[in-house]
Amino acid sequence: MSKDKKESVIESSIKRKYKLQANDVKVWYGDFMAIKGISMDIKPNKVTAFIGPSGCGKSTFLRLFNRMNDYVDGFKMEGEINIDGSNINDKDINVELLRKQVGMVFQKPNPFPKSIFENVAYGLKIQGLKDKAFLEERVESSLKQVALWNEVKDDLNKSALALSGGQQQRLCIARTLAVEPSIILMDEPTSALDPISTAKIEELIYKLKDKYTIVIVTHNMQQASRISDNTAFFYLGELIEYDKTNKIFTNPEKEQTENYITGRFG
Amino acid sequence: MNNIRKNRLKDQAFKIWGIFCTLLGLVLLAVFIGNILVDGIMRIDWEFVMNLPSRKPEKAGIYTALMGSIWVLLLTTLIALPVGIAAAIYLEEYSKKNKLSTILEVNISNLAGVPSIIYGLLGLEVFVRILEMGASVLAGSFTLALLILPIVIVSTREALKAVPKSIRDASFAMGASKWQTVYHQLLPASFGGILTGIILALSRAVGETAPLIVIGALAYVPFAPSSAMDEFSVLPIQIFNWITRPQHGFVENAAAAIIILLLITFVMNGIAVYFRNKWQKKFK
Repeated sequence: MSKDKKESVIESSIKRKYKLQANDVKVWYGDFMAIKGISMDIKPNKVTAFIGPSGCGKSTFLRLFNRMNDYVDGFKMEGEINIDGSNINDKDINVELLRKQVGMVFQKPNPFPKSIFENVAYGLKIQGLKDKAFLEERVESSLKQVALWNEVKDDLNKSALALSGGQQQRLCIARTLAVEPSIILMDEPTSALDPISTAKIEELIYKLKDKYTIVIVTHNMQQASRISDNTAFFYLGELIEYDKTNKIFTNPEKEQTENYITGRFG
Repeated sequence: MNNIRKNRLKDQAFKIWGIFCTLLGLVLLAVFIGNILVDGIMRIDWEFVMNLPSRKPEKAGIYTALMGSIWVLLLTTLIALPVGIAAAIYLEEYSKKNKLSTILEVNISNLAGVPSIIYGLLGLEVFVRILEMGASVLAGSFTLALLILPIVIVSTREALKAVPKSIRDASFAMGASKWQTVYHQLLPASFGGILTGIILALSRAVGETAPLIVIGALAYVPFAPSSAMDEFSVLPIQIFNWITRPQHGFVENAAAAIIILLLITFVMNGIAVYFRNKWQKKFK
């Protein structure tokens, strides 16, 4: 086998094995170094949890995967982020297309001040899709995926702001699913919700990993251990430990990890 | 014990002083309006609104001035609205925060405080002379548009700022471009606030006199303008002109015209308040 061919075979096997890759990523906000050189690989169709104390850089790191830091003043980045093997910071990457592939759910439910239907159809409409039957079908299937359809099917034209917090968050997930991404980033999606709503979202995440690669930032250690396959522990802008969730929570390699998960700091 | 009583006394004293100060403005306004109403209310009828100017006070009407004001108001809106909103969107959503943008922002705020007669001089030089518009409705409208532009920009920016960042995040994360986010999310969400600012700015424009006198708007125009290039008068200039006349009949006319001008600004402010309240409810 020629050298080129061999490399491309290796490359495509990496593509299959890893959905997301970070290579020696460093991030600055002005003079402050928020991420100090992190490399990690994230597998497809798994739930990967990012844990760590506030200010450890886990949210910043998460937002690199859909380039949501681009608009932050003073943001500067070095290193590489790859999705399916291609560098998402390349000049010819269209950031709008990237974000259709990489959806995001935020800490506080943030539905648009529009109707439930308009919220879910938004991503499709801005892509220029107008066919009413298609939109209706996609809105229905998305709301069904998040188990919200039965609760709202008669109120599709009512304001999304009238829904409860938990319903709003499921609506935000439905809105993300409607554009059929392959990756969903979640930034503490349940931290503003009550326990029952939280349980519903966790159940949903568990179900969604069949079709999507999910990365979730959470402050809730039980949540990480319940829903994730792999867990990464961040501290002061560094990736301290990254392994199977089971291993992280029962037998971590590093002392810092153990101290954090047992509640000795953070 | 003594101290407590002293403090309570001071408290009371300030309360009374405060009530006095609050009422002072209102009482003066009430006296003024009462005076005007006594002088002018009897003079207002359909003929007064529809009559052309005349040397005889009882035959004179405000038709040309009213039409001039409406022309100027409409053209000013058409000019100031797109420019002001676009500038505000650029400053708020597109421009990077650096020294240049800070200088721009400070200067736009300062422009809002420049005396209106300065705008008149600018309008005279640029629109009337260099661009050869003459003392036309168009020149007047451009001048007033410049005058209210800073107010429109500042209030539009405030309205955009009031839209929560989470809405922008959500829209960008869905793959929307900046313009799509502005068009589909930010403008609809801030519509009430933007409208409020614009109406308030226009109600200022409708009362402006000095800059229009400087660019050469006339006190006496025989006909209402029929195109943007016609010469014109506006209500405040008509009022100013009547007040300077010796005959008592014109004083009555001036009072009547003031009532109509006040009515216009009150209605505009009322609409602004209505939209502001409606919009605030939507976000709670």
